[in-house]
Amino acid sequence: MTALLELREVSKVYGTGAAEVHALRQVSLSVGGGELVAVMGPSGSGKSTLLTIAGSLEEPTSGAVLITGIDLSGASHNDQAKLRRRLIGYVFQDFNLLAGLTAVENVTLPLELDGVRAKAARSAGMKALAELGVAAQADRFPDELSGGQRQRVAIARAVVGDRQVLLADEPTGALDSVNSETVMRLLRAACQRGVAGVVMTHDPQLASCADRVLFLRDGRVIDQTQALPGPESLLTPGPSR
Amino acid sequence: MSVRHALLALLSEGPKYGLRLQQEFEQRTGEVWPLNVGQVYMTLQRLERAGLVESDGENGAGTQKRFRMTPAGRAELDSWLRTPPGEDTPPRDELVIKVLISLRVPGADVRDIVQAHRRHMIELMQRYSHLKLAAAEDDIGLALIADAELFRLEGIVRWLDAADARLKLLPAPDPAGLPAMAAAPARAAALASAAAAPAAAAQAAGPGTGARR
Repeated sequence: MTALLELREVSKVYGTGAAEVHALRQVSLSVGGGELVAVMGPSGSGKSTLLTIAGSLEEPTSGAVLITGIDLSGASHNDQAKLRRRLIGYVFQDFNLLAGLTAVENVTLPLELDGVRAKAARSAGMKALAELGVAAQADRFPDELSGGQRQRVAIARAVVGDRQVLLADEPTGALDSVNSETVMRLLRAACQRGVAGVVMTHDPQLASCADRVLFLRDGRVIDQTQALPGPESLLTPGPSR
Repeated sequence: MSVRHALLALLSEGPKYGLRLQQEFEQRTGEVWPLNVGQVYMTLQRLERAGLVESDGENGAGTQKRFRMTPAGRAELDSWLRTPPGEDTPPRDELVIKVLISLRVPGADVRDIVQAHRRHMIELMQRYSHLKLAAAEDDIGLALIADAELFRLEGIVRWLDAADARLKLLPAPDPAGLPAMAAAPARAAALASAAAAPAAAAQAAGPGTGARR
């Protein structure tokens, strides 16, 4: 499996001297197309830093981040921004949709910033909205959508075009458990179309929907789950019936 | 899980043969609880003796008998559905006891022990979540069963998270390898007795420690 997202011994230090904070310590992570990885850890464990560095929104102090095999640190700021827009999609807890744009305009904005013509962008946007089941809401504004619909639009925006990496930060934070499950189904389906997904969360149920779970503590990956056994392992009769 | 009441519930829809009851039981529990046909007939016999069901077959051969619920069976089912399950006498929680005891074991890395359990719980949760995600969204039986187990396991993970956060706040261990909290005599005594007699751990830990759930 080719890694679409790879972190090689990434460390991040903020401040200097007595105020030095090691947010990440030699974190390595490799996620292939079709795979969804969850990173669990308490507040302050380094989840947000890991997300911003994986998404090339921030530079690591040492180590390398490769997106589809390309080391972004070697690129100019302009090229970095371009690659970021084309290859990486983000989903945030509070959706971050722009209030003045319709659902489809929110989804196509990154494409248009990238120079894609309006008609082609709209067609890609409508396809992404349809995959998420919100095509009928394309011309509505965010405040005319329910929480679940807004999150679907946010996911559509994250997977529109040829995005290869999907990064999500507590993507179900504001939703109830059944809506959260729907969001996880959608994220999984998006990954199964060949995207590498990473979701940061402290929610055990959300994390358990991933193929693999990494545990972050004090900036280090301290543990990860083993490969999943088949579901038939649950079908053994209980002892007390 | 009461097979007895599950069979009564299936019979509340109308008379049914034993084999059909077995198939419907498995279907409605998302096939997560397999039930063999022998268990079904044994349970039906008991229900019949108790006057809660009656059969129309006189030849005695199980597969030929059709069962129907009696008015007494209906009353029993209604009463059972409204009776809360026995939550008043929770079992002693082995995991809580293990973590409490590990606090008194020299050289034990309690946070690592907590993490080992957390990983195991998340792996279990993954199996239920993936079972649910692989099923059709309208498979209500399977979803309800998986949810029940997921919420139970989530509770344990959240307790482990809280334990981890509390352990992080503890001062560094003293040179003897015992946790610094052992300096508080009353708690040390309580924990020592927990370590000496695991069965008494829940009481020794006192209320509010999560020893009971």
